[in-house]
Amino acid sequence: MFRNQYDTDVTTWSPAGRLFQVEYAMEAVKQGSAAIGLRSKTHVVLACVNKASSELSSHQKKIFKVDDHIGVSIAGLTADGRVLSRYMRNECINYSYTYESPLPVGRLVVQLADKAQVCTQRSWKRPYGVGLLVGGLDESGAHLYYNCPSGNYFEYQAFAIGSRSQAAKTYLERKFEGFTESSRENLIKDALFALRETLQGEKLTSSTCTIAVVGVGEAFHILDQETVQSLINEFEIVGEEPPADEATVPDQGGVAEPGPADQGTPTDQGVTPMDV
Amino acid sequence: MTKQQANWSPYDNNGGTCVAIAGADYCVIAADTRMSTGYSILSRDYSKIFQLADKSLMASSGFQADVRALQKVLAARHLVSYLSFIYQHQHNKQMSCPAMAQLLSNTLYYKRFFPYYAFNVLGGLDSEGKGCVFTYDAVGSYERVGYSSQGSGATLITPFLDNQLKSPSPLLLPAKDAVTPLSESEAIDLVKTCFASASERDIYTGDKLEIVILNASGIRREYLELRKD
Repeated sequence: MFRNQYDTDVTTWSPAGRLFQVEYAMEAVKQGSAAIGLRSKTHVVLACVNKASSELSSHQKKIFKVDDHIGVSIAGLTADGRVLSRYMRNECINYSYTYESPLPVGRLVVQLADKAQVCTQRSWKRPYGVGLLVGGLDESGAHLYYNCPSGNYFEYQAFAIGSRSQAAKTYLERKFEGFTESSRENLIKDALFALRETLQGEKLTSSTCTIAVVGVGEAFHILDQETVQSLINEFEIVGEEPPADEATVPDQGGVAEPGPADQGTPTDQGVTPMDV
Repeated sequence: MTKQQANWSPYDNNGGTCVAIAGADYCVIAADTRMSTGYSILSRDYSKIFQLADKSLMASSGFQADVRALQKVLAARHLVSYLSFIYQHQHNKQMSCPAMAQLLSNTLYYKRFFPYYAFNVLGGLDSEGKGCVFTYDAVGSYERVGYSSQGSGATLITPFLDNQLKSPSPLLLPAKDAVTPLSESEAIDLVKTCFASASERDIYTGDKLEIVILNASGIRREYLELRKD
């Protein structure tokens, strides 16, 4: 993407029907450190790479608990992610207060998407520069959604966003058909393997990654460092290859699963990344 | 011509009594389960005790619709600060009882000019694990005490507790102890005695007694049948 005369503000269309500012916001997501999500019938696992600006500082928080049954991992401008998490928490609390039941995940992502869309149609605002992987459980089962800065959202069996996420996506594309019936432990194992793919040679330890789980009978929580390290050691995945696949998956465009809302395969450096 | 007075009141009193006693490493919170209006009984099995956080329980008598609304508002306000707290500090720590006490006070005063008709007793463990009891009026004035009673039977129970618990009594100035030296089982027996006596004289107290005991090993409930007349 190069600079052009139609990219100064978000309320200017290009002659080809594109909003460049929104596309630039999606670029910000691609620059952030990787975040991965996978789901089975009963659990959702979110994982992300920890990036610290220097050895002296602590790493950025990229996984947020939104409610007992929903959590989110982000890639991109983490400050935008923090603010959106606060919005999501408030929505969950208010829904719980009024209806005395947990907010269905599908409703939350629509509200989030509508909020993002507003910023694509106001001259005095800018789009949020963060992609969110929303994982949660409700009456209709386990769900994983991806919300973009464009205001679109998609439901997934498994997905990865951020820098070097294509490596993780390739791994997930091979394995995703087994995820629905996967056990909790295997799901976490697959998350760690996928995460390792994005590290491209760097050592996978509990200090370079964060894992969070939500499932049936299990509230959303971030696994503590010791648990993660022992899982890594147990799976002995530092340097080892992931287990062989049972079912070979014909190479398709993506791992998107058709759902009730507007869906589509996640396009890569497509002509119109916002379109469905 | 005299001024027209309102003959509709937004409030009602559903009766009932609440008691809480703080010990060295436990807290006992008790309330009867009778809900009434006027001279009628609405329910013989309605709980007035609500858990606000890990280590905080609230028992409230008065107008139960306002009590229920207050419980919901507190639960939501606790969640707002709890979730941002775990964001900042990454500990799964809930609000301490003294912090919850301040939150309850602020929530009540927020409605200073249309109060919650709720008379509350907050009980729990402080950050050192010692029992704590806070007692409130309808608009949020509160104080940490060693024991307290609120509701229709409070006038019968409070003098009895002053006599039996002696040392934490606020009538001895300065109070000798912040908590009662009684053991957990002695405190529970005392509470049962209080309610058995109060049910004899107070028509709004009776049916069943719900006792919640909070200590280091967690939370426990006991029930006792009371007079049903």
